Amino acid sequence: MDWLLLAEFSLVGLLSGGVLALIALGFVLVYKGTRVINFAMGEFMMIGAYLFWTANVFLKLPWWAALALTLAGIAVLGAVVERFVLRPLAGQPVISIVMATIGLGAVLHGVAEAVWGGANLSLPQLLPRTPLTLGEILLPGQVLWSFALAVALIAGFTAYFHLSKGGVSMRAAASDPVTAYAMGIDVRRTQRLTWMFAGVTGAVAGIIVASMTSLSPTLGTVALGVLAVIILGGLDSIAGAIVAGLIVGLLESLTVAFIGGQARDLVPYLVVLVILMVRPYGLFGTRDIERL
Amino acid sequence: MNILEAEGLTLSFGGIRALAEVSVAVPKGGITAIIGPNGAGKTSLFNAISGFYRPERGTIRFDGADVTRVPGHARAALGLARTFQNVSLFRGMTVLDNIKLGGHHRLRTGILGAMGYLGRAAAEESRLRDEIEREVIDFLEIDHIRDLPIDALAYGLQKRVELARALAMQPKVLMLDEPVAGMNREETEDMARFILDVQEERGITVMLVEHDMGLVMDISSHVVVLNFGQVIASGTPAEVRQNPAVIAAYLGEQAAKQRAA
Amino acid sequence: MRIGDFHASYRHDEALFDTRVQRIWFGLLLAALAAFPFVGGSYLTYLACLLGIHLISAAGLNVMTGYTGLISLGHAAFMGVGCYTVAVAERAGIPFFLALPLAGATSAAIGLVVGIPSLRIKGLYFAVATLAAQFVLGFVFREWESVTGGVRGANVPAASLFGFELAGDRRIYFLIVPLAVAMLLGARNLFRTRVGRAFIAIRDRDISAEVLGISLFRYKLAAFAIGSFYAGVAGGLWGYFFRVATPELFGLPLSIFYLAAIIVGGLGSILGTILGATFMTLIPELLRAMVGWAEALGLKEAGVYLAPIRQVVFGLLIVGFLIFEPHGLAEMWRRVRRFFHLWPFRT
Repeated sequence: MDWLLLAEFSLVGLLSGGVLALIALGFVLVYKGTRVINFAMGEFMMIGAYLFWTANVFLKLPWWAALALTLAGIAVLGAVVERFVLRPLAGQPVISIVMATIGLGAVLHGVAEAVWGGANLSLPQLLPRTPLTLGEILLPGQVLWSFALAVALIAGFTAYFHLSKGGVSMRAAASDPVTAYAMGIDVRRTQRLTWMFAGVTGAVAGIIVASMTSLSPTLGTVALGVLAVIILGGLDSIAGAIVAGLIVGLLESLTVAFIGGQARDLVPYLVVLVILMVRPYGLFGTRDIERL
Repeated sequence: MNILEAEGLTLSFGGIRALAEVSVAVPKGGITAIIGPNGAGKTSLFNAISGFYRPERGTIRFDGADVTRVPGHARAALGLARTFQNVSLFRGMTVLDNIKLGGHHRLRTGILGAMGYLGRAAAEESRLRDEIEREVIDFLEIDHIRDLPIDALAYGLQKRVELARALAMQPKVLMLDEPVAGMNREETEDMARFILDVQEERGITVMLVEHDMGLVMDISSHVVVLNFGQVIASGTPAEVRQNPAVIAAYLGEQAAKQRAA
Repeated sequence: MRIGDFHASYRHDEALFDTRVQRIWFGLLLAALAAFPFVGGSYLTYLACLLGIHLISAAGLNVMTGYTGLISLGHAAFMGVGCYTVAVAERAGIPFFLALPLAGATSAAIGLVVGIPSLRIKGLYFAVATLAAQFVLGFVFREWESVTGGVRGANVPAASLFGFELAGDRRIYFLIVPLAVAMLLGARNLFRTRVGRAFIAIRDRDISAEVLGISLFRYKLAAFAIGSFYAGVAGGLWGYFFRVATPELFGLPLSIFYLAAIIVGGLGSILGTILGATFMTLIPELLRAMVGWAEALGLKEAGVYLAPIRQVVFGLLIVGFLIFEPHGLAEMWRRVRRFFHLWPFRT
């Protein structure tokens, strides 16, 4: 047993879990805000990455301008989705809304493929490659930076939700829209913000993933794997999303180490099936108590 | 003879004690009313007896057998039926189909039989339809609405359909959660008549949760009063009405003192 | 203008086709179906076969999702299981009339494996589990080379009945279409009995269903097993029709296709299943034709856009119908019928 190798793979795994946690945050935000699992999350990631590519590689804008444009674009997409897809369905059973996100995902996927083509594009290397050496262990620079970015964003969001007035009203509206309305909180605005935030986290995660691998319309399938993360962490827990993201990242890395690259993509889905058998509400999820 | 006995039921949700050592005995063949101010635990008691909530402590005996561990969906077969505070009919079906669902636990058709709709399945359905028409639809006077979707019905009729569905279960004990809530005088009297008929003609034991004191005092044979998750009085309607603890619970300490004085 | 139906007995009231007119129409329909391949020509016969397969699969999905409320994102993978089962069975010399039920049974069995952990809890967990199943099964299709032939896929010989080969659309039509009619009737019959009523009750208000004595877990599992069985049979027929089983055929886009079919047609309705499957069989053909015209008009690259346009159209259909016509084409049909029944009166 090569302990050093194990340690290296483990650390890399934990670090790459940072991005998974970021994507999971996007899912959890929407779930907490609307009780819906947003199956179009992967497509938000993908569109974000494509918008960045268009601004940065195609239009040759500097990275900070490209990022700003991308985030603005995605925020607009999130608002449009909320206004024209989600709001008309308000009051319908959750299963209808979930199916609408599935349909939305298909639309975005098709549009992306039509506009940008199905071939792989590459984003410039955005994250510095210089590795960090801890004794004998080598941690790739990109993975470290992606982790740092993810942590920064998650911390920023958490601070917003707990400390700012806007964030607290979002939590209020998510937990009880009617009372929030009565308290003067603009519930529609918070719904819109929820979707814009989800889009933004997705876009950033999408850019990070695309810059580390490559960009194609299938980028979104990563997000489907993140469903395993939110099931493990609990659908409505941000803390759960973080912890579970790290765990799944670790598991994927160890799978690559001991079983081989092919099986890596399978890990999240096996995790889902196992968790559902053992601890369905996840590590930190709240068990639904129904009022009869 | 008690058909249902709950002993020492305790149930909490997080920090809230819904039921604290509640013991209730329901005499067979009578009408037992569970009353108390809002939040007293009446519906929680019903839910514990139905099997939705598993009490942390306590036992429930039905017809002599201990059913505390029996899962919720198996209690129908024991002879327990209930209605809900907020009408809980199935909106995707007609009145007739809703009522037929009451007969579900008495039927035996399985998947293959159903898909073929041959012999036994068809015969069962026919028999069920006959039974329901005779025993329930005629009795509750709802033949004119049997093919209507639930959404087309007025609230009072919906409650009657829910009663019909519960009766189609051919229960031994019928638990009605606020059967006349939101009804006017005439509708309340109709419902009272139906409840009495059910009890007298079919020998079904009735348990009621109700706020309408007129109804409770008129038709119940036994009354249990809950407050803050505890039983504070039980007995005949007349006894309970005089009980100072009951008066205090409903009208406040002052009123109790005034009555006593 | 229809004044009303007069039923003289409850049995009459319960019947599926309760008026003489309806029974005559049904008989004519069966006769038309039997004659179709001889008058329709080869393209239409091909479409009819494809429609038959889509009908069976969509019916299964509607029983699970439309009637019982369980969203399945893995329906295509279960069809794949059926298709590969048929491929393997034929290799072992098992004839189609045993291979098809076996395909259904294998899918149902895998459905049980997925359903048992995930149906115990309420909420969207089942949907996520079916998505997981979709990907895990896709992985198995690609990697289990010895059985499935890996990425290349597996060939399926023609179905044969003691030497008589069902090769060619006209012959296989007489396997697919009667089977589709029978399975649709079977699905419809479910909802005349306590089984189907229980499914709808679970979708509408599962707490009340429990009070009535319905074990939620067992019935949800039954709905899922039925849906998977239908998917398996449809997949098996797909194998006999297209004569090949490959992993990419049975991926997530096909699952979305069937979801679109039942949403467009109408959730929780057999008529909806028929309308939706028909609509969704015709749409890709229409798109293909449009791309052909575009290419003919000079847009040489139009062919490349076929796949993404299909995705966009399916997605828009799903979202559009959910927003504007949530009960699907079946509801539109009912409105038209009502109009004609009441005409010349308005309401």
